Amino acid sequence: MTIRQLSIFIENQSGTLQKVLELMKQSRIQIIACTIADTAEYGIFRLICSEPERACSELKAAGVAVAISDVFAIGMNNQPGGAADVVRRFSAAGVGIAYMYAFVLNGQGILIFRTAEAAKAEEVIAGEGLQALSEQDLPLQI
Amino acid sequence: MIWNPNKECMSREQMRELQGKRLRKIVEYVYHNVPFYRNRLQEMDLSPSDIRTIDDIVKLPFTTKKDLRDNYPFGLQAAPQSEIIRIHASSGTTGNPTIVGYTRKDISIWSECMARSLTAYGVGRDDIFSVSYGYGLFTGGLGAHNGVETVGASVVPASTGNTEKHARLIRDLGITGIACTPSYALYLAETMERMGITKDQIRLRVGAFGAEPWTENMRKEIQERLGLKGFNLYGLSEIMGPSVSYECEEQYGSHINEDHFFPEVIDPVTLEPLPPGQTGELVFTTLTKEGMPVLRYRTRDLCSLLPGECPCGRTNVRMSAIQGRSDDMLIIRGINIFPSQVESVVLTMPEIAPRYLLVVDRINNLDTLQVQVELRQDYFNATLDTPAAIDELSRRLAAKLKSVLSIGVKVQLKAPGTIERSQGKSTRVIDNRKLY
Repeated sequence: MTIRQLSIFIENQSGTLQKVLELMKQSRIQIIACTIADTAEYGIFRLICSEPERACSELKAAGVAVAISDVFAIGMNNQPGGAADVVRRFSAAGVGIAYMYAFVLNGQGILIFRTAEAAKAEEVIAGEGLQALSEQDLPLQI
Repeated sequence: MIWNPNKECMSREQMRELQGKRLRKIVEYVYHNVPFYRNRLQEMDLSPSDIRTIDDIVKLPFTTKKDLRDNYPFGLQAAPQSEIIRIHASSGTTGNPTIVGYTRKDISIWSECMARSLTAYGVGRDDIFSVSYGYGLFTGGLGAHNGVETVGASVVPASTGNTEKHARLIRDLGITGIACTPSYALYLAETMERMGITKDQIRLRVGAFGAEPWTENMRKEIQERLGLKGFNLYGLSEIMGPSVSYECEEQYGSHINEDHFFPEVIDPVTLEPLPPGQTGELVFTTLTKEGMPVLRYRTRDLCSLLPGECPCGRTNVRMSAIQGRSDDMLIIRGINIFPSQVESVVLTMPEIAPRYLLVVDRINNLDTLQVQVELRQDYFNATLDTPAAIDELSRRLAAKLKSVLSIGVKVQLKAPGTIERSQGKSTRVIDNRKLY
């Protein structure tokens, strides 16, 4: 079970992030989680939002380099070690995590990650004790 | 000192006569040995007998870089391969490099011209002279090397790279002269300063600087920091290599070895010859070359021929400093770069839009080339959503560019649509070095 994430290439220049956010605002797209992978010259802005397909096509129409990718969203226990307990399950199964970030939903921490071993990750989720979220579980206004 | 007063101090009448005699001979020679020139002359209804004096040179066809490229590799070679003892190659605009073969006589004339230059700079048998142009396909290293040996000074074939070791040798050997690009001279000065080598620890006295344009301000700075006198050395591999022209102690223009390389300055648009003093495109005809002679080769360098006599006693004509280019060629660390070369590489990468901007800078006295390109929106996908993947793309482009351009470049990937659409040629290059 995966959810869709937008990845947007933005240059490290004042105003580039603002431009993308304004476009999303005009399109009435709601963002509930995001992170930026930054380098010296550019960043990759990754976000979870409402209507990812429409958001993607509207951003593309405005000339933005944007792509949709599938990521996993896993609920964590609200206690120390919550993230460790989730990641351990995937590591034990040989699932490499390319990148990860987290946000809080209704008081619960949600871990978002992307992996190249998606099939293996699905197997881990199908086992006991992990709470994987679908897009329906997210409080997105559509 | 003058190396060859018989040639360097000839009366103008004698020189014109010698040039005319040599021009007749070279036209005859290419007519019979280079089908390309025979065809050109026949198309123009010219036969070698139409060329009688040097003034008849204006009847002859021009040769361009494109002609050299189209006749790659040996199409313009006039001498049989058995007579060729060396082959140099320089970068082409796209694809084919320019191949230049030299006979034993060519190498000997080149060495003589280089010896004239070094002698004008005051280099003699007692000097220890370091050649710090690249040795290899580029004509700079070996060309200067032969000249130093001809003069009889001790040549140190330092080539480029390993600047710290070079700096130590300059100090420890008491090296008195150096040939390199002016930007390398500044880099060397900086390296020495960093190493704590001071001006009074070294014996550098003469610098032969060329292969790239430089300004009077650079000359002052190099002279001040290295404690030497810096002289201009001009040349191009299509004609011979370094020492097509050279400065004397007057440092007012560079004397052309015009008994071997006949200069003209033309209007680059109308192609009409311009009188002395007027700036235009420099054109050379090789008067004595056997391997690959060229008629009226368009150098694309803009300069003027200086009227009047030089107080140094040499009578061979002087050319001004190069004031620009009539094409879009850049010279970066002595290497010729055409924007079209970058374009040809960019076009091979589907992830990159066919748009680019070259930014040339001089940082700590080293030329840097940054190539800005745009990611193509339709090629940006989920597999490119990590810095590792994007950086891998930049690295791949940088490696391809390096193999085509022969210099390292820094690639900057930009978002789609952020590079200004070019309105004309000049917008593809931003040169912050202010060389002319």
